[in-house]
Amino acid sequence: MSEHEYTPKSKAGKWFNDRLPLLTLGAHLTDYPTPKNLNYWWTFGGILTFCLITQIVTGIVLAMHYVAHADLAFASVEHIMRDVNYGWLIRYIHSNGASMFFLAVYIHIFRSLFYGSYKSPREVIWIIGLMIYLLMMAAAFMGYVLPWGQMSFWGATVITNLFSAIPLVGDSITTWLWGAYSVDNPTLNRFFSLHYLIPFLILGLVVLHIWALHVPGNNNPVGIDIKKPSKDTVPFHPYITIKDAFALLVFMIIFAGFVFFTPNVLGHSDNYIPANPLVTPAHIVPEWYLLPFYAILRSVPDKLGGVILMFSAIFILFVLPWLDTSKVRSAVFRPIYRQFFWILVIDVLMLGYVGAMPAEGIYLVLARVGTIYYFLHFIVVMPVVGYLEKTDPIPMSISEPVLTGGAEPSLARKINDKV
Amino acid sequence: MIKSNIKLLVLSFLLLISLKPLQSAEMVDPIKVEWSFKGLTGTFDRASLQRGFQVYKEVCASCHSMQYLSYRNLGEPGGPEFSEIEVKAIAASFEIEDGPDDQGEMFTRPGKPSDKFKNPYPNVKAAIAANGGAYPPDMSVLVKARKGGANYIYSVLVGYEDPPPGVTLDDGVYYNKYMIGNKIKMPNNLSDGLVEYSDGTESTVDQMAKDVTTFLAWAAEPELEERHRTGVKVIIYLILLTILVYLSMKKIWSRIDSEI
Repeated sequence: MSEHEYTPKSKAGKWFNDRLPLLTLGAHLTDYPTPKNLNYWWTFGGILTFCLITQIVTGIVLAMHYVAHADLAFASVEHIMRDVNYGWLIRYIHSNGASMFFLAVYIHIFRSLFYGSYKSPREVIWIIGLMIYLLMMAAAFMGYVLPWGQMSFWGATVITNLFSAIPLVGDSITTWLWGAYSVDNPTLNRFFSLHYLIPFLILGLVVLHIWALHVPGNNNPVGIDIKKPSKDTVPFHPYITIKDAFALLVFMIIFAGFVFFTPNVLGHSDNYIPANPLVTPAHIVPEWYLLPFYAILRSVPDKLGGVILMFSAIFILFVLPWLDTSKVRSAVFRPIYRQFFWILVIDVLMLGYVGAMPAEGIYLVLARVGTIYYFLHFIVVMPVVGYLEKTDPIPMSISEPVLTGGAEPSLARKINDKV
Repeated sequence: MIKSNIKLLVLSFLLLISLKPLQSAEMVDPIKVEWSFKGLTGTFDRASLQRGFQVYKEVCASCHSMQYLSYRNLGEPGGPEFSEIEVKAIAASFEIEDGPDDQGEMFTRPGKPSDKFKNPYPNVKAAIAANGGAYPPDMSVLVKARKGGANYIYSVLVGYEDPPPGVTLDDGVYYNKYMIGNKIKMPNNLSDGLVEYSDGTESTVDQMAKDVTTFLAWAAEPELEERHRTGVKVIIYLILLTILVYLSMKKIWSRIDSEI
């Protein structure tokens, strides 16, 4: 939202820009005033864009060689691994890329939780982000089914069976999803079709996500509103682009470490056994990034209850901007909330861990405690702490380290007025 | 404050993970072998791969298929690297069904390097019927399909024991220390001196188990050597580029008064 109007220098540029202001858009993106105090937790937006593009490009190549048929899928993946030029590299980038994508998105989401980036006026950015996250989970789940190994088949069976918990129409819905009376060739075919579609839906939502971001501008670690452009901001290019590039490269080193040296460590060995509807694996576990939700699902003895709770765990995030009553955005100035934030991080990690363990004994107890705390955090802790907490003094601007001295500065009131 | 919180976080997570051993007490951990293909620059032992192929061909192949491999793979870089003549000879030693010919008849002919490894049974049902109701799994990706990988396969091969007192076994079931559930339908097929290695290596059970496991590890990951080599180059390149970009970033940000 820079103040000056952009005019192309060349005549041709001006002619084109008058008809389609692409150059204006480009100028906006490069000049885009960004808070200069963004830390490295803010680089994950760029990293996620990279992840999406990587998945789309490698995925398109894989789809040229993959065969979506129950009898041929497993063999076609081995064909990619053995006979396609650099097929192993493309497939390992794609399969590990999914994990890296989720690693980045979880950091991105928790960044937002810590610094209050979901709060007014950024609720729409947050909600679009959650929609992207939901689509990512759907895409990742369906992608995991495509190699048609044992975990593909049984994972698909477990997840699609969840819908049978819906009263009255559950069984019909499940049959409709399968396109058969069990997970079978029609299921594989439609999953492939949807797996190819969803990334492009995500791409569209990413455009909206960034558009919505560019209306109010970035939040920042201090969490205060800033004047744009001002002493507190830097142009996106080159300051943020170079910083994003540096962070992305560090991320790529870790990514490459997985791809080249432990390409299968994040997957399950059972998925190299071809799908067999007659043999159930001892433990059916989803990919690591879905484990916290799997733990919540299994913590409830009732199937329908578990399904409702699992979906609630995601959908509660959609109303987060209205559950958080605090006037202050950044947890840096919220001594009490900050403690609860880290407890939530531990809680989610613990849920992920018990999700990988058998649902019995101590693990079941931990899953239940973790699930209860997860919901308490959003339903009770966030609204109550927001009211009761005495926040630390907030600086007036990023450049001025001078504090206003009170926990109730005019700035905070201004934020509150907007809500 | 944030730092101490992260410490707390890491500590509690480690505590949680240390609970794990309480869970799985029944399984015996596989023997840890120092494979040459382990590590960042690991490569296969060429001689061991060739010996392993011999064990596979003379022992395993009578029951286990390896349907995703072709004979030509045996001569490719990063594998056993048999010479072209050897590969042709190996392939030609198998009778492969082909066809239909112009008359619509199926016929057999000597194998060619482009043929897939010949299956010992015409189909899965036949394999199950011939092996007392247990399907001898296809070995193409077996090492990747088992938790513990090469260590596990090797352990099972050398893990046959007399059953402990109190354990009774049905006919055609054998006791194996490392097999999940300890019961296995594959008999102990290895015995000292079973195969005669052409390179003069003494064919002890341990040696054969190691060789054939190495061969299976290659079969599951024929790209391993190239993957390791490329990986080292890619990471060195990325580190150098990261340093350059870091220095550029410092330079660019030094224009304004801000910490980065």
